[in-house]
Amino acid sequence: MPIEELSEDLTKVPTAHPAVRFDRVTKRFGDHTVLDGLDLEVARGERVTLIGPSGSGKTTILRLLMTLERVTDGVIHVDGQPFSHMPGRTAGKLVPASERHLAARRRRIGMVFQQFNLFPHMSVLENVVEAPVHVLGEGREEAGLRARELLDLVGLSDKVDARPTRLSGGQQQRVAIARALAMRPEILLLDEVTSALDPELVAEVLDVLREVARRTDITLLCVTHEMGFARDVSDRILMFDGGRIVESGPADALLDAPGEERTRAFLSSVR
Amino acid sequence: MAEFLPELRRAVPRLGEGLLTTVEATVLGAALALLLAYTLGLLSRSARLPVRGAVRVVVEFFRGTSLYVQLFWLFFALPMVGFRLEPLVCGVLALGLNFGAYGSEVVRGAVTAVPRAQTEAAIALGMGPVLRLRRVVLPQAHALMVAPFKNLLVQLLKATPLLSLVTVPDLTFQIDQLRSSTGATAASYLLLLGLYFGMAVVLSLLMNALERAAKARLGQEGGT
Amino acid sequence: MWDGEAARAALPTVLEGFGVTLVATVLAFAVAMVMGLVLALAQRGGPAWLALPVRGAAGFVRSTPLLVQLFAAWVLIPGLDAPTLGVLVLGVHYATYLSEVYRTGIDAVPKGQWEACTALSLPRRRVWRAVVLPQAVRNVLPPLGNYAVSMFKETPLLSVITVHEMVHEANTFGSTHFAYLESFTLAAAVFLLASWPTSVLIRRLEARLAH
Repeated sequence: MPIEELSEDLTKVPTAHPAVRFDRVTKRFGDHTVLDGLDLEVARGERVTLIGPSGSGKTTILRLLMTLERVTDGVIHVDGQPFSHMPGRTAGKLVPASERHLAARRRRIGMVFQQFNLFPHMSVLENVVEAPVHVLGEGREEAGLRARELLDLVGLSDKVDARPTRLSGGQQQRVAIARALAMRPEILLLDEVTSALDPELVAEVLDVLREVARRTDITLLCVTHEMGFARDVSDRILMFDGGRIVESGPADALLDAPGEERTRAFLSSVR
Repeated sequence: MAEFLPELRRAVPRLGEGLLTTVEATVLGAALALLLAYTLGLLSRSARLPVRGAVRVVVEFFRGTSLYVQLFWLFFALPMVGFRLEPLVCGVLALGLNFGAYGSEVVRGAVTAVPRAQTEAAIALGMGPVLRLRRVVLPQAHALMVAPFKNLLVQLLKATPLLSLVTVPDLTFQIDQLRSSTGATAASYLLLLGLYFGMAVVLSLLMNALERAAKARLGQEGGT
Repeated sequence: MWDGEAARAALPTVLEGFGVTLVATVLAFAVAMVMGLVLALAQRGGPAWLALPVRGAAGFVRSTPLLVQLFAAWVLIPGLDAPTLGVLVLGVHYATYLSEVYRTGIDAVPKGQWEACTALSLPRRRVWRAVVLPQAVRNVLPPLGNYAVSMFKETPLLSVITVHEMVHEANTFGSTHFAYLESFTLAAAVFLLASWPTSVLIRRLEARLAH
């Protein structure tokens, strides 16, 4: 499949701004601070992987971007525009985003979940077609054709009419990838997409993702414990601990010669 | 007893009318109850506190005041403030309000039981609240509602003889006529119980088929 | 419209009826709890020749109207006074519900618990007394409470066999004083005042047992 069919034509949008910018973002759940004044920039088309011990706030970053959680403090920008807040200020202050603002903005972001979260009452094809038809207003036929191409890309063209519950975990996750890509996202969030899989099913999912990374210039933000995959796809790796970035650098450099003791300890624990 | 069978044969048309009235009350009452169950059940998950509070009060009122009192109130007390309703209308209203209140808890529970992750997946695909509810949450909630709705429906059917107490000529009313004209008490009541049992079985079978279909749609063939 | 005088006059009568309703509910529920357990054990532990007919009979009683059962019992069973008969019929009807509650409560005890007992060679009696029933009680208490409340709201049916419970009293007062509005509204209020707090308590209990 040609690249331009997988993600929106990027030349139309001014590229001066980073795709994603976290500006002193804090997230608390009750008394528990998960993110503490985080600053983070992801460039357009950049592939960034977040690593670190569980509970370090990696997944929260993705969930904030997907609007599944709201920031406690700070601002998230997407394409240089406030995303977590309304554009412009009221009485000199930023106003938290309304549901409508979020709904309009989050369409350019897609997400693949740890637990797949396919819709059990729809067939594989219906899962992929659902949002293009009902959210983007595409015609059924057009959306169906594209869905078949995407399912072909993830190697499931023979499972088009199957029920999600009849598929293996790896197959379900590949459908979920096709479903996310069907929305032509500019930014794709991958939240521990292989953690719920049996070990022998991990490779098929990662291979599909490598393929997606190779054939598109989609911006990727992933949380994973698969260091080999992280090395293959990432431009940059961020080591997280306690809601802060401990260390960041190019994939090979950080994985082969970590500068921080925390990173070294973490890497040796996952290997 | 010897004259029961000929009397019964002669009474068949009237019994048929009574049966029809009972079925009518059941169907209309259930339809009203279903409508209320959905409306109240979905509103009870509103983000607005006043809406939730109002729904809570309505539901607790109709659950808490006993169907019998509601029926008698509609039939005897309402005319005293100037509204006289047909007996059958009183019956359908009482059944619908009472079972609608119980049903709203079923709807609320089923919607709540659909995993939050499903809603999150729908958000990640850019779906708005209405679309999420209509395309993702409700289709899955339906499968969870069928079994409790079956119980409520049988309960509703079993409550319909009450309508004979407010002069609705339902099956119970007609069979009571047959009983007093023949004196065959045991046979009459046995017939009535048997007919109700038959209707309950038919309803259960219908709902079981619905439940299997709903579960099959979720890919849970055979059910759990 | 609303006549405060009539309402005040109706109140003692309605409350007297409420006393009868309450006593009838308590007695009938006691019957239902004991008989429900007997039905459940007969279906779960009993031999097939007993279990099947018991299940059939319970299913029949459960799926036919209480009102008709009351009529039938009233004319077919001589020699019992109305309150006794009413309590028995109500109790038997609800026993068929409670037997299902007991059965699901027992079935909800995880299979691993039975297997652990087998592994420890515990005698059967001890298994029930010390392991299964204590766990089943947690599953059973909230639904039992809910059935008690719903039985309470069904006791007005006993009025058709001349038991002088609350709705019967409200009806009589309403017809003699032409004050249906006041008497039935009072009866509704009493039901609400009695059953709402009980339902709230049961929900609390449910939430606590769930942990």
